Amino acid sequence: MKIIVCIKQVPDTKGGVKFNPDGTLDRGAMLAIMNPDDKAGLEAALRLKDEYGAEVTVVTMGLPKAEEALREALAMGADKAVLVTDRVLGGADTWATSTTVAGAIRNLEYDLIITGRQAIDGDTAQVGPQISEHLDLPVISYAKDIKVEDGHVIVQRQYDDGYHVVKAKMPCLITALSELNEPRYMTPGGIFDAYDTEVTVWGRKDLKDVDDSNIGLAGSPTKIAKASDKVRKGAGEVKMDLDADGAVSYIMGKLKEKHVI
Amino acid sequence: MGLEEYKGVYVFAQQVDNELGGIAFELLGKAKELAKDLNTDVTAMLLGSGIKGLADQLAEYGADKVIVVDDPELKDYRTEPYAHAMASIINEYKPEIVLVGATAIGRDLGPRVSARVATGLTADCTVLEIGDFPLNPIPGQEQKHNQLLMTRPAFGGNTIATIACPDNRPQMATVRPGVMQKIEPIAGAKAEIIDYNPGFTPNDKYVEILEIVKEVSNTVDIMDAKILVSGGRGVGSKENFQILQDLADVIGGTVSCSRAVVDSGWMPKELQVGQTGKTVRPNVYFAIGISGAIQHAAGMEESDIIIAINKDETAPIFEIADYGVVGDLNKIVPKLTEELKKVVK
Repeated sequence: MKIIVCIKQVPDTKGGVKFNPDGTLDRGAMLAIMNPDDKAGLEAALRLKDEYGAEVTVVTMGLPKAEEALREALAMGADKAVLVTDRVLGGADTWATSTTVAGAIRNLEYDLIITGRQAIDGDTAQVGPQISEHLDLPVISYAKDIKVEDGHVIVQRQYDDGYHVVKAKMPCLITALSELNEPRYMTPGGIFDAYDTEVTVWGRKDLKDVDDSNIGLAGSPTKIAKASDKVRKGAGEVKMDLDADGAVSYIMGKLKEKHVI
Repeated sequence: MGLEEYKGVYVFAQQVDNELGGIAFELLGKAKELAKDLNTDVTAMLLGSGIKGLADQLAEYGADKVIVVDDPELKDYRTEPYAHAMASIINEYKPEIVLVGATAIGRDLGPRVSARVATGLTADCTVLEIGDFPLNPIPGQEQKHNQLLMTRPAFGGNTIATIACPDNRPQMATVRPGVMQKIEPIAGAKAEIIDYNPGFTPNDKYVEILEIVKEVSNTVDIMDAKILVSGGRGVGSKENFQILQDLADVIGGTVSCSRAVVDSGWMPKELQVGQTGKTVRPNVYFAIGISGAIQHAAGMEESDIIIAINKDETAPIFEIADYGVVGDLNKIVPKLTEELKKVVK
């Protein structure tokens, strides 16, 4: 079985968003990590490899620095890595990103493609399903359990009110929830091997069946009209030195003042 | 074909088990405003099996037309037949705007359809309005009018971007449940019903549903609650949520929680507020033992009144709370419940 896992390197927004003195986001001060949903997708692929035997190829699109995320994936147990990087691919929205990644994947053999549900920087959850459309594959989004059986995947597909157990013929694409599993750590041997493994680097010319009008900023149907760091609601009052009784009467007072009670 | 041939605001009327979700009505409410600005009308796309009877409800919430695709292949949600139905409607009727709920269904269907009809899709929008793109005239660049301007948070709620889709149609957006306002239903309102069936030919993309598991809950939907008593990691244990429940009971509220609480297994996911949970805007939001990380704030900062209780005076929750108290929730919350019992009958 050949499995492709699509990953993205993202700034870590969890538990430590850094701001500049002027209140804007300090992206430089934030750690670059492998996107959590993607890491769960990679772990799912590695578990399928452990159980059934598989070759796992990780693919990312990004700046040359995104190679770090690929090295981490290799150290966790992935077999091959592909970095898609090219200046002309920059500024892509989800449409242009998905056409690009699909163009890279067309060069590879696969039975199964796994992506994360969404990245913590964009939060769109669009690229996975869009890749599946470009490659004309069945898609199962929001997977919280994946099994392989006789050329098919059997997936628990999460919904707002429960889940469906869904069966699809391979090749197909699955988007993974971070709830799917607890990703393994890199092993020292894995880290050592990871730096011996060559990362394949592809640019624009290596993409298969992709039109120039569908890549990068120019090929993105959506355009940013305005972007700003969010204006946060101003702080109200904070009472520091009240004992429990004082705190209760303070809250009671506010609830009465606002006609809640 | 020219972009100006695309007309009308279309809404995906999501139904599950032949019951329309609140999101369908919320989208209709927003669609009506947009349609007014564009001097056009509102069409609901109703997809399912045996669902025609739901059309009147959509009319009462603002649909001028309802396109019904009624087919056994659409009985339970599956990406391919639904994407095929919606993409066929778009190709046939050429709407200028398509709105889809940012639900576990819509966030799968929207991207698949947008890729099929080759247009842009903006995810999880919180504000939709009609305006110019670019916002201000730029010499040498045509300024297009009557564009859908879609505003959405990104970066875990840290930044906000307004996005347009000037050169492709339809302009597509997904919208988070709980953000747009539905209209007061107009009893007896009728819409023009259009039956449409693009034909369904099952192939490998028509995945097979082996089993449907409903995770039944006795809990009230936190998005409908007027008062939320929300707990975070600081509550300390599953058992200790009882003091929040007691407070909620006496004040007529509902208990909700932060992601850390769900991750610890103390509370079910459906009670989670925040970026990866639900967006709420109750009249009163008690944030108890919640540090208020940006991901949590993104889901509750539109609440009318935020009251925070936390022992850590540096907790970010105090930056968005209207009223904050630094102190021990285990002492304050039970006392507050007792005091409320005296005044609330």
